Amino acid sequence: MPRRHDGPQRHRDTEKIYLKPLCLCVSVARESAIAFGIAAMMYGGVRAQSPNLGTPIAEAEVAGWDISILPDGTGLPPGSGTPAEGATIFAAKCALCHGPEARGGTNAALVGGAPLTNGIDTAKTIANFWPYATTLFDFTRRAMPWQAPRTLTSDEVYALTAYLLSINKIIGAQDVMNAQTLPKVRMPNRDGFRPRFPEMIP
Amino acid sequence: MAAGNGLLHRRAFLAGGGTLAAAFTGYALSDTAAAQQLTDDSWSRGRGALIPEYASPSAFEKGVARTLSNPRGEPRTQHARTPHHLLNGTFTPNGLHFVISHSGAPDIDPATHRLVIHGLVRRPLVFSLDAITRYPLVSRMHFVECGGNSAPMFSNEPVQAGVQAIHGLVSCAEWTGVMLSTLLDEAGIDPGATWIIAEGSDSMALSRSVPIAKALDDAMVAIYQNGERLMPGNGYPMRLVLPGWEGNMQVKWLRRLELVDQPAMSYYEARTYAQVLPDGTAYQFYFLQDVKSFITHPSPGLRLNGPGFYEISGLAYSAGGRIAKVMVTADGGKSWAEAALQEPVHAKAFARFRIPWRWDGSPVVLQSRAWDEAGHVQPTRAEVVARRGQTKAPVTNLAAFPSQHYNGPTSWAVETDGNVRHVYA
Ligand code: HEC
Repeated sequence: MPRRHDGPQRHRDTEKIYLKPLCLCVSVARESAIAFGIAAMMYGGVRAQSPNLGTPIAEAEVAGWDISILPDGTGLPPGSGTPAEGATIFAAKCALCHGPEARGGTNAALVGGAPLTNGIDTAKTIANFWPYATTLFDFTRRAMPWQAPRTLTSDEVYALTAYLLSINKIIGAQDVMNAQTLPKVRMPNRDGFRPRFPEMIP
Repeated sequence: MAAGNGLLHRRAFLAGGGTLAAAFTGYALSDTAAAQQLTDDSWSRGRGALIPEYASPSAFEKGVARTLSNPRGEPRTQHARTPHHLLNGTFTPNGLHFVISHSGAPDIDPATHRLVIHGLVRRPLVFSLDAITRYPLVSRMHFVECGGNSAPMFSNEPVQAGVQAIHGLVSCAEWTGVMLSTLLDEAGIDPGATWIIAEGSDSMALSRSVPIAKALDDAMVAIYQNGERLMPGNGYPMRLVLPGWEGNMQVKWLRRLELVDQPAMSYYEARTYAQVLPDGTAYQFYFLQDVKSFITHPSPGLRLNGPGFYEISGLAYSAGGRIAKVMVTADGGKSWAEAALQEPVHAKAFARFRIPWRWDGSPVVLQSRAWDEAGHVQPTRAEVVARRGQTKAPVTNLAAFPSQHYNGPTSWAVETDGNVRHVYA
């Protein structure tokens, strides 16, 4: 029997009526009608029955929080860095927890890794597991260094990403990482995955 | 008699089980005192304690607490595990709800917290907590379970630990909030959007990708937990609730929802919550918390105080909906009896199962198995191991996660002295 899961049913409480801007003024109080009418004209229709308590915000204003990098490179900022630059930054900001050569620290080794066929509890590493190089940029930028996240410049994150990919022999020692080159890096375990519920993947 | 080794019919009590009453003893942490002349106790002879503004449990209950994996907050993940063997009922008190936090709970000022919805939408919107609180709210009982709950069960030999260490990373609460579909409708979903990246305002800015179908189905932005505002460790002031789905995806301290056309492959989905399989490939996007059950009473740490009557009880839950049936064995799987389910049984929530039992004092092995309303069956441990593997050496570090998403059964051996031990059966 195929696994059942909940389908994309919208929940029942949501009214699904779009009002055309024209008919607004007759049915609603003047003030809200004006606000509503403006919103409706601007956005081509607003849920009539919905509270609409959100405030419109421009994407430019979200930029400070908009830090997700997609596997195709969407979201990567301008800037660049090399493995050599990354090595210097790593020694200053990362070695404390991850060890001087990115191994032997109190936190995860960032270099090397045993074959995954060694057992289900094999430690997952950048080299043996991570499917996308963009994840390394995204995670380093959003979460590292652990005690002071989001303090690295884009150039520093590119350099650290280049350094970690280079010491894992995934890129060359001279390769420059930037918004064009990083998404093209092919991670060794890229094809090592299968979705648990393929029918639920959009 | 419903099955071997003293299991009684689940409605033995309702159907005139009064004759059993004389044999009531209950689980014991110490022996009960012999009968004696009753006199007034000290607490009955004077005024009682002041009633505080916000109550705490009796001082006698101070052992009813979560266990902490990282009590000094060293730079690594913290886990606080729920003591299911010391609780009963179907929801978890807020102070005992399990927590996993990768960098501690942020101290969020609710007045300045914001939730933004942007990306592939008609109009990006930002919401204050006040605004969210004004929406039509719904209240629903749902369990939240870490994908790594029950991980010690992947050990090739049974770890000697109890329910809290093995299954303490699941809890159940009544969540109150606004349906995410309402907010998404207002922002206007672009037809090209297929996923939503949910992100928290913790220091890791923890992020996970959620298929839009789930967001529109029963996802909620929750702002109350069991009637009061969310606990800081559980996402105060707002979190995503994705009923039945992996706990890590139900992003706490929620600040951003970005509609996109591909999953972000964030650290926690691409690396941490992907499971290595015996052939060296790995599962990705193990969204669902499959049907599972375990016995909480009796269990290790709750010694049986001599032969006689006990109630066997435990918890069952499934991403597949309501729990339909729980079967219990007291003879290691040779015979089974159906347990009673505490009504009402909510979908994607804890179901408390109970079955009366008369222990004759001989060694027995207890185990439960659950079925959900969609027909999913809790697999045997052998079935889980065949598909998912197990460790080559016994697990010694109970805080380690050899793999994730174990949903096979748990067996408790009751020994003649009343102690309960973990075994594989
Ligand atoms: C204070 C200690 C600390 C410092 C300093 C630190 N990290 Fe980390 N790092 C951690 C912890 C803790 C984790 C695990 C996070 C988790 O799993 O939630 C981690 C995880 C990582 C990972 C993921 C590893 C894996 O395979 O799972 C990467 C990559 C990483 N850090 C990079 C860096 C970089 C680059 C720096 C320097 C800019 C840095 N870290 C500095 C503590 C630290």
